[in-house]
Amino acid sequence: MGEIVLSQVKKSFGGVSIIQGIDLRIADGEFVVFVGPSGCGKSTLLRLIAGLEDVSSGNISIDGRDATDLPPARRGLAMVFQSYALYPHMSVRKNIAFPLRMAGVPAAEQERKVEAAARVLNLTPYLDRKPSQLSGGQRQRVAIGRAIVREPAAFLFDEPLSNLDAALRVSMRQEISELHQSLKTTMIYVTHDQVEAMTMADKIVVLNAGRIEQVGSPLELYRRPANLFVAGFIGSPKMNFIEGAEAAKHGAHTLGIRPEHIDIAAAGPWKGRVGLCEHLGSDTFLKVDVEGVGQINVRASGEVALAFGDTVGLAPQPDKLHRFDEAGNAAT
Amino acid sequence: MAREVSKGRKAAVTALAWGIGLLIFFPILWTVLTSFKTEAEAIASPPSFLFFDWTLENYETVNERSDYLVHFWNSVVIALGSTLVGLLVAVPAAWSMAFVPGKRTKDVLMWMLSTKMMPAVGVLVPIYLLARDTGLLDTKLGLVIVLTLVNLPIIVWMLYTYFKEIPGEILEAARMDGASLSSEILYVLTPMAVPGIASTLLLNVILAWNESFWTLNLTAANAAPLTAFIASYSSPEGLFYAKLSAASTMAIAPILILGWFSQKQLVRGLTFGAVK
Repeated sequence: MGEIVLSQVKKSFGGVSIIQGIDLRIADGEFVVFVGPSGCGKSTLLRLIAGLEDVSSGNISIDGRDATDLPPARRGLAMVFQSYALYPHMSVRKNIAFPLRMAGVPAAEQERKVEAAARVLNLTPYLDRKPSQLSGGQRQRVAIGRAIVREPAAFLFDEPLSNLDAALRVSMRQEISELHQSLKTTMIYVTHDQVEAMTMADKIVVLNAGRIEQVGSPLELYRRPANLFVAGFIGSPKMNFIEGAEAAKHGAHTLGIRPEHIDIAAAGPWKGRVGLCEHLGSDTFLKVDVEGVGQINVRASGEVALAFGDTVGLAPQPDKLHRFDEAGNAAT
Repeated sequence: MAREVSKGRKAAVTALAWGIGLLIFFPILWTVLTSFKTEAEAIASPPSFLFFDWTLENYETVNERSDYLVHFWNSVVIALGSTLVGLLVAVPAAWSMAFVPGKRTKDVLMWMLSTKMMPAVGVLVPIYLLARDTGLLDTKLGLVIVLTLVNLPIIVWMLYTYFKEIPGEILEAARMDGASLSSEILYVLTPMAVPGIASTLLLNVILAWNESFWTLNLTAANAAPLTAFIASYSSPEGLFYAKLSAASTMAIAPILILGWFSQKQLVRGLTFGAVK
C-alpha cells in the first residue's frame, strides 16, 4: 500500500519560501510525475515526502498514518537519486543488500532477495563488482535494485535519468515503466523533461514557483491546459501564443495554438513568409512570419517541400484553439 | 600537449632538485654517520665523511646506560593513544561540521585552528599545574590527554576537509535505506573516508611521536618517550656528539621507516581533493 496525502505543505529556507502550500493526493499504485522548470521546487517537494527535509508547516501522511515528523528510514519509502548515490566501497551485492542489512533481515533471506532483484534488473553477472566498474545505466539499475529489495510503500525518483546519454535514457525510461507495471507500487518521479513526464505518468503534477499549476493525466494537460504556464510547458515544440487583435477576434486575451494543429493551406486565413525551416525526415518544423499575428511555429509532415522565403497560407484547426483570459487562465 | 624542454635544462633542473634534496637530508645523514664514529672523531676538524673507523660502541653505551625499549614503548603508547582518542572525538565532530553545518561552524573551525597559533609555552604553567594537581605528571595518560588536545584541531580540520569531499546524497541514501546515525557513520561514511582517516592517523602519529615540548616538560623518568631519551644525551657536562647521534638515530628510525612505507598513503591523503 502506498497512498500519500500532502495537505498545506509549506517549506521555506531562511525566509525564502520554496514550497507555498501544496495539497496533493497520490493514490496507491499511481505513477505520479512532478514536472516543472528548474527551481520550481519539485525536488524539494520530493525530499519533503522522503523526510530528508522537514516541512515548515503542513502535514504529510503515508497510508493514513501521519508521517510529518517521522525520520526517512521509518517512512517505508525508497529513493533513487540523480547521482545514483551508490556506496562506492561496497560490491553491487552489498549495495543492494544494505537496506535489508539495516533492517536486520537474516543473511540467507538477504541473499535470496538480492539474487531475485538482480535477476529482474539483469545485474546477476555484476553482483561482485564495485560501482566504479559499472556503466551509468548499470549503476542506475543497482540504485533501483537497492530500492526494490525493501518492498517500499512507494518509490521516489529524483531526476534519475538526467546523467545518462539520450539512447540509454529512452531504454531506462521504458524499464522503469515496465517495473511499475509489474510491481504496481506507487512511484513519484521528478523530472524537468516533459517527454519523460508525458510517457511515464498516470498523473502529472506541473509545478511552478512552489505552487501546483495543474494536476492531471498527460493527455488532459495536453488537451486542456489550465493556464498559459501549463500550455507553454507541456508539448514540444511549444504552443504558439497570440495576443492583440487576432486573439480578440476569437474572444480571448491570449490565443494558443499548438504547432501540430496548424494546417498548411493556400486558402488559410493566415498568410506569411517562411523563415527557418527544419527538415527532420518525419516532421518539418517551420517558423512563419504571419502578417498581423507574429511569428508562428508550425509542425508539418516530413513531405512538405517549403524553403526559406516561400509564401505560405496557414489554417489553425478551429477546435484546437485555446483561449486564455487576462490572468492567463483558460477561458471556459 | 607537454611543453618541450631541452635536455640541458632538464639535466640542470634535475641536478638542482637533487642538490636541494640532499641539502635538506644532510643533517639526518650526518647524524647517522656520526653515530658510527668515536667521540674523538665526531668532533675532529676537519671532519671525515666516510673514511673513519666504523664502530658500534655508541649504540652499546647508549643501550647500557638507558633502556631504549621502555622509551620506545612510551612513544608508541603516547603517539598512538593520543591519535586514536583524537580520532574518536574528531570523527563525529567533523561529521557534524561537514554535513550539518550551523551558522557558527566556520567560526568554530577557525577558532580551533587559532589555538595552534599560540606558542605552547604560553600555557605551560597552567597545564603543568593541572597535571601536577591531578597526579598526571610523568604518566603516559597525562601525555596522551595533552597531545590529544594539542593535535585535535589538526585532526578535526583534516577529517573535515575529507568529509566535505563525500557527496551528501550517499549519506542521504543511507538514511533512506534505514541506517541510524551510528550505522551511517560506521558503515558508510567511515569506509568511504578510509584514505583520509588513514593519512590523518599517520600524520598525527608522526606529529605526536616527534612532539618534544610537552613530552620533555611533563615527564621525568616513568613516562619519558624517545624525545626525552635523546634529550638526556645533550648533557650539560659536555656534549657527547656520537652518543647523542646514536640515540637520535634510534629514536627517529621507527618513525622514518613508518613514513617510508606509508609515503604513498600520506601524499594521497594530503592532496586528497586537490588532485582527484
